[in-house]
This record gives sequence, C-alpha cells and structure tokens, in this order.
Amino acid sequence: MRHGKYPFVISFLAIPVVLYVIYVIGPYAQAFYLALTNYNGFSAPTFVGFENFTRMFHNDLFWKAVQHNLFLLVALPLVTMAIALFLSFMLNVGGRSRGGVRSGVWGSKFYRLVFFFPQVLAVVIVAVLFQQILRPDASGAVNGPLHTLGVSPIGFLTNPTVAMWTVLAVLVWQAVGFYVVLFSAGMSNIPQDIYEAADLDGAGRFSMFFRVTLPLLFDTVQVAWVYLGIAAFDAFALVQVLTVEQGGPDGATTVLANEVYKNFLQSKAGYASAMGVALFFLTLTFAGLTVRLSRRERVDF
Amino acid sequence: MTTIRTDVSASKPPTQGSAARHAATRTARRREVRLLSGLGHLALALWALIVLVPIAWTFISSLKTGPEIFGNAWTMPKVLHFDNFSRAWTKAHIGKYMINSIIVVSLSTFGTMLFGSMAAYVLARYKFWGNRLIYYLFVSGLAFPVFLAITPLFFAVKSMGNLPVIGPWIGLDTRGGLILVYIAYSLPFTVLFLAAFFKTLPDSIAEAAIMDGASHTRLFFRVMLPMARSGLVSITIFNILGQWNQYLLPVALLQGQGAEDRWVLTQGIANISTSAGYESDWPALFAALTLAILPMIVMYAIFQRQIQAGLTAGALK
Repeated sequence: MRHGKYPFVISFLAIPVVLYVIYVIGPYAQAFYLALTNYNGFSAPTFVGFENFTRMFHNDLFWKAVQHNLFLLVALPLVTMAIALFLSFMLNVGGRSRGGVRSGVWGSKFYRLVFFFPQVLAVVIVAVLFQQILRPDASGAVNGPLHTLGVSPIGFLTNPTVAMWTVLAVLVWQAVGFYVVLFSAGMSNIPQDIYEAADLDGAGRFSMFFRVTLPLLFDTVQVAWVYLGIAAFDAFALVQVLTVEQGGPDGATTVLANEVYKNFLQSKAGYASAMGVALFFLTLTFAGLTVRLSRRERVDF
Repeated sequence: MTTIRTDVSASKPPTQGSAARHAATRTARRREVRLLSGLGHLALALWALIVLVPIAWTFISSLKTGPEIFGNAWTMPKVLHFDNFSRAWTKAHIGKYMINSIIVVSLSTFGTMLFGSMAAYVLARYKFWGNRLIYYLFVSGLAFPVFLAITPLFFAVKSMGNLPVIGPWIGLDTRGGLILVYIAYSLPFTVLFLAAFFKTLPDSIAEAAIMDGASHTRLFFRVMLPMARSGLVSITIFNILGQWNQYLLPVALLQGQGAEDRWVLTQGIANISTSAGYESDWPALFAALTLAILPMIVMYAIFQRQIQAGLTAGALK
C-alpha cells in the first residue's frame, strides 16, 4: 500500500489545489491587502491605510446597503421559515390517518413538486419574470386586476418604501419550496410513536406543532437559519436585475454585494475590496452569533 | 372523518363520568381537525397558485403581440404568435446564449466532479503530511463571500490571459477562463461533501483490489468511484444547477468588448430585459423567458427526486 503513495497523492491533488489557490485563495488573500490601497486596476497600488474604510463609513449608500442586508437577515429567515414550516406541517401531519399512520394531505406529492420548482430557476430569470409581473400599470399581472377593482396601481419597484419589501417577497417566493422539502425530510424522521404519545396525552394540532414537531426539528431549523442568513448577505443577482437603477430607486434596495460590484465596475478596486471586507466581517459576525445562540442540548431519537 | 385521536380514546377503558367529557372533547377536537385541515388545504393550494400563476402568465404573454402586452394583463392573445419564439432564438440570440451555457456548464461540471472527487478521495483515504492543512484550505472557502474576491479575481483571470500559449484560452472574456473559475469556486463544497462520502466506503474492498495488484489510480476509477455513485449524482446535480444559474461570475468576467458572443444564458436574459425597453420587442422578451424556463421544467419533471436530493444534500448532512 505504501509503495508509490506520494506520487499518486501528488498527481491527484496537484490540479485541484493549483486551481483553487490561483482563483480562490489568492484573490481572497489579496482582497484584504487591496482594501488598504488605492488600486484602480491601471497604475500600481499605493498603500493608503484605512482611508477606504473612513470613506466608506461616511458614505450614505454604504449604510443604506448595510441596513438592507440587516433587514433581509431578520425578515428573510422569519418569513420564509414561517411559511415553509406551516406548509410542510400541513403536508406531513395535516392529513387524516389511516390505520394509525398519519399520512400527508391529499396531493402532497404534487404540492412538493410545485413548491420546489422556483428553486431550479436562475435568480436572473425570476428577477426578469417579476419585473414584468409587477409592472406599475394595468399591464402588470398584479396591478391589472387591481386596476379593474379601481385600486390605484402600486409601484412595487418604483415606490422607495415598497421596493425593499418587493425584493423580500421575491426572495421568499423562490426560497419557500426548498425549505418545505428540507423540513418535510426532517419531519418524516420524527418517529410516529412520539406523535401517538402526544395524541394520548391529548395534544391538539397546535400544541403538537409547537411542543413536538418544532423542538425535534431544531437542528434542521438551525441549518435553514444559517442558509437563509447567507442568502440575505447575497441577494446580488435579484437586486441587480429586478430593481430599477440596480439598487434603486435612489438606493432604496441596494445591498452590500451590489455596492461592491458597482465600485468594481468603476475600477475602484481598492474601495470595492474594502466593502468586500466589510461584507466578510458582517457574515462572520452572523455565523459567530448563530453558533453562540443556538448551542442547545441535542435530542436524539 | 375518523382520526387516530378518536380511535385511541375509544379504545381506552371508559371510566364512569369521564365518558361524557370525553365525547365532548372528541367532537371539539374533530371540529378543530376538520377546520385545520381545511385551512391547510386552502393554504397549500394558495401557495401552489402563487408559484404557478406567474410562470403561466409569462408563458401566455410570450404568445401575445406588443400592444396586447401593454393592454390589460389578463386578456388572452387573439392569435398565438409563435413567431415571437423564432425572434427570441435568433435576433435576441437566446439560442447562442443557451449553447454557450451548455458548453461552459458541461465542461465545468465535468472538471469540478473529476478534480473534486480526486482531491476528496485522496484527502479522505490517504494519510500524508499536509493532509489536514489542504482539507481545511478547501473547507475555509465556504466561509468567504464571493464578493470579497471578485475584484482580485478579475485581475487574476486577466493576468492568466498573459500566459504564453494557453493565455488566449483562459483570460478575460473567454469560456475557458470562466470554466476554470467555476471549477475552482465549486471545489470547496464538492470536496467537503465527497470527502465525507469516501470516508464511509468500506476498507475491505479497497484492500482486496490492492491485493489483486490494482494501482491506486485504477482502484480509484474502477472501484471507489462506482461505489460512490449516489453521492456523485447528488453533487453533480448541485453543481450543474449552481453553475447554470450563476450570474455574478459571468457578468464580471465576460464584460469586455466583443464578449457578447460568449455570454451565458443568465447574462443574455438580463441584457434582453434591459434592451427590450429601447428595442421595444417585449414579446421576444417573454418568449426568451419561456425558452429559458421550459427546459428547466422538463429536466425537473424527469429528475425531480434527484434534483431535490441533490440540492438539499448539503443541508441534510
């Protein structure tokens, strides 16, 4: 077994490690350095210390972007998981029981199939689709019927106070199905006798959900929270394509990722990297807090 | 509607006096159950509509004329304009973008799976100096947002373009450059997942193969890879979808003059939506959207189970 081990190991690792170092590790490491320079992609970078960061902290758009990311960080997991938990509970436990085995509701396979589908679509396609659906006049799929009812049209993307909620809604629309499938898998792992025991103790469906399903699903919920939190720090493609003026109107929907990209396009390499570093530390803080707050005794079953 | 609750309470030995109370709670609960499952059905059907209606509306709009699209949103097209699709395919270049996406994603997914499984296999099953270091190097890639790297990545790809001989194939605005970047950014998750998978494979078969005189390479391709098939399928699907739907990397790396010929589908669709405004060919935009969605529906209908398993694989580990 030992014979010829090292040549083999090296031959298998060489290409992936080289690719990974050139395109992933290298750029990540450089970003921290570039953030401290005034590099613009043409002349050689000069070290400017924390100038990019002070400039960033005095930039209104940066703070707007941070606010929007934090809004998504709170709202996206809450709304998505509330809907997904409700729907998957209905799919798995909502049906009648046959021979003591609790089955899902009628058509649960179909529902799962449909709910999950948006997950397969590219965010860009979803963005263009909703851009058309949410058009601000009677030709929009939502404003059309509203117009017929005599309601004045809603500027889903043009009204600055509504636009961020629209971004949230589209993110939720795409995400829910994934978490329905995730939670359904978690729920089907909960043994039937626990439900039966709860039944004997006279638990109704509400207490069944809050006292049995939710606590036993805690690990899955935690994973979902982390996933959705990471998604909340991205949202780039959706904001870039869906919203007016790529993060507008007037910065009303911009997120950090879009500010990074905008400055990158304007050849402000140093400044864009500084924003990237800020985004990195926000993500890190979120991850750290999640691990801290979710430490909890594990229920084995 | 009989439920388990009523069955169970009926089988309990009834104690005198509590029987009436039992009957009362039973009917109350039965009512609660009926109400809840009614509400549940309503909610499920409602969400199904919320998902399906926007997509159906887009399909219908793709058969309308321009003025019909700007009329009332829910009027049906008078004549079905299938010519929208041919305009979307040729004039709006959806055909070209789709072929580009297919070329890039098939090569990059193949590369990701080949190099990812090679690295994962060695890291999972061989002891050598630096094993843990390399493993954690790969895993750490999951902790960083791509946006942190995007600026230096652009310059990294640009400087790769200056390499002798292979430079013109892997620099900025090339498919090769994009493919290599896709592979590199797909490695962390692929390696993490597959390493865990290779660890679970039994040692006895590997030892038997070595006894029979198989080389390490042969052992990997002939014995270990086939045994890891279910894990490979999940991660392949995960990577295909992730790379097919990628937007940031192509717009950042294929943005130069003349790069339109190499644009991938997501880039093309985003561009059509901005240019539809001034070229005022809205029916073609809807047709383009439909053309981008339809293959996904077909794929999803066929590989539904594998796709759901593949995408949730990471979360369930």
